[in-house]
Amino acid sequence: MKPVTHLRSHTAVLAHENIDTDRIIPARFLTTTERAGLGRYAFNDWRYNADGSANAAFELNKPAARGCEILVAGRNFGCGSSREHAPWALLDFGLRAVLSSEIADIFRNNALKNGLLAVVLSESEHRYLLAHPGIELAIDVAAQTIELPDGGRFSFQLDAFAKHCLLTGVDQLGFLLSQAPQIEHFERLRQEAA
Amino acid sequence: MAARTLFDKLWDAHLVKPQTAATPAVLYIDLHLIHEVTSPQAFAELRTRGLPVRCPERTLATLDHSTPTTPFDDLGQPVYASEEAAAQVGELEKNCAQFGIRLNGWSSEHRGIVHVIGPELGATQPGMTIVCGDSHTSTHGAFGALAFGIGTTEVGHVLATQCLLQQKPKTLAIHVDGALPAGSSAKDLVLHIIGQIGVNGGTGHVIEYRGSAIQALSMEQRMTVCNMAIEAGARAGLIAPDETTYAYLRNKPYAPQGEDWDKAVAYWNTLASDADARYDREVRVDASRVAPTVTYGTHPGMVVALHAPVPTPASLQERRALDYMKVEAGKSLIGMSVDVVFIGSCTNSRLSDLRDAADVLRGRTLDARVRMLVVPGSLAIKREAESEGLDQVFRAAGAEWREPGCSMCIAMNGDLAKPGQLVVSTSNRNFEGRQGPGARTVLASPAVAAASAVAGCIADPQSLLQEQAA
Repeated sequence: MKPVTHLRSHTAVLAHENIDTDRIIPARFLTTTERAGLGRYAFNDWRYNADGSANAAFELNKPAARGCEILVAGRNFGCGSSREHAPWALLDFGLRAVLSSEIADIFRNNALKNGLLAVVLSESEHRYLLAHPGIELAIDVAAQTIELPDGGRFSFQLDAFAKHCLLTGVDQLGFLLSQAPQIEHFERLRQEAA
Repeated sequence: MAARTLFDKLWDAHLVKPQTAATPAVLYIDLHLIHEVTSPQAFAELRTRGLPVRCPERTLATLDHSTPTTPFDDLGQPVYASEEAAAQVGELEKNCAQFGIRLNGWSSEHRGIVHVIGPELGATQPGMTIVCGDSHTSTHGAFGALAFGIGTTEVGHVLATQCLLQQKPKTLAIHVDGALPAGSSAKDLVLHIIGQIGVNGGTGHVIEYRGSAIQALSMEQRMTVCNMAIEAGARAGLIAPDETTYAYLRNKPYAPQGEDWDKAVAYWNTLASDADARYDREVRVDASRVAPTVTYGTHPGMVVALHAPVPTPASLQERRALDYMKVEAGKSLIGMSVDVVFIGSCTNSRLSDLRDAADVLRGRTLDARVRMLVVPGSLAIKREAESEGLDQVFRAAGAEWREPGCSMCIAMNGDLAKPGQLVVSTSNRNFEGRQGPGARTVLASPAVAAASAVAGCIADPQSLLQEQAA
């Protein structure tokens, strides 16, 4: 994973609440054994009409959304399945951050492990961003802040370990593997107790 | 020691290393279930790093999501919907062979949906931690096991270390007292609960279902209730183990035997929440008020009693959902035209579910417009159902009796509805396009689904069941 320290981009807004993982990537695209190249299926059934043409009404197809790396989404983004294909698809599509007032647990966990910033904001901050699509935001992971064009600033929660991994690009498996002595100790204690 | 909840006890018993300000807890995993869809990239990671699977004996694999439910071809081979699906299954077969993992593959009598076979084999036991790259892993919480869905990166973590890094979730007690009315099922109960607490009502929490109505449920019913904990956004659902649990597990192939059994039960009896244990949140549900319940919108929190009018949309969002579903506010769903009926999924594909559906269908035929798929959760269930003649009831009615698998719940194996079709489904998700692009889903119990197949429109099974009894 590449380190994620700062991010500056204008926003795109998908105000729908409860955008589920089947919306993010429909299950019929999950027969792949790869993690690369899933961006073409991101929001597939929204992005394309039944005949395969682009749906011009879909927010992320509009010219204003081009090159946008920050998605502001309605409450409870990423609900539904545990498919990590959802953050893989969003990253490959070009997104680097998802902001909402609530993000489903498994999706958020999967996103952070892949360097997709999944950030939960307060209701009022969220309302402001929903009402101002296209504004440029500057996210500072170390400071846990989002800077607005008018100089205003939102701060957000991020657990210390996820933050460390994002900033250094270290992946969590390395840390877990370094716990081998403790894991062996735990297994030994249990065996003795049995 | 301070009073602890069932969740606290499970958490504490698996802590390799507690959470600190800088690092999450390291939690030991007793049972890792894997399937073909969410595991290939994790095995690839192990190969890249040259790592073995730490505990192959704690890992159990099955084929379920992308596998066909149609009969084998003349050469005895499965007929896949695509080459990609076949390749994905081949990949799991190869990975299991290379890493020494038990696979309940095509030739196994134990093959079936991952959340059906774990309990059926007795691999799922109280007191365990159980994970799988599948959000409906919450099902196993019915046994008093801490069971939750994980992503593929975490599948790799568990394969390599048998551990996961976890932030401790909060606890939510759902007290369900009173008796479920005759004619209301566990599915109706859990849909009612999700309607009450909301599709995000459980986010950040582990739910413990408690109370007399929960204790009165069979294991299969408890699994239905825990299965859908994730549909309220919860990390996991839990029910304390009791005599019902032990009666179900005793003599299952992987369950402890003899003296080991007695020892295990003695431990399992210590797991229930202490009388004065505290939860972060508590909710009360009156089971006596649970009517047969269905969804009318595009997420599992949009529920309504079968005979009650669909509520007026409270937001643009809900308006859109009603438009998508072609549902009218102020009217009940009774009489809405149905194209497809699906009986199956890790929510409702067990023997008691098939019996519920068969009781409604016995001696009747499907409405001419309806296509009905009945997909047992496992090969074992299929065989049991056939020994009771349930397959004959379904076939005589005009339904398709299929091989086990996830099938039309996730619609990635070729079993899917056409755009615009209305599916009455015993599965767990009614998201837009979940059962095929443009398909509309109404979640319901097996009895309501079967009655709707007979009527050709959404229908109440009660009158049909009364006729059967007469």
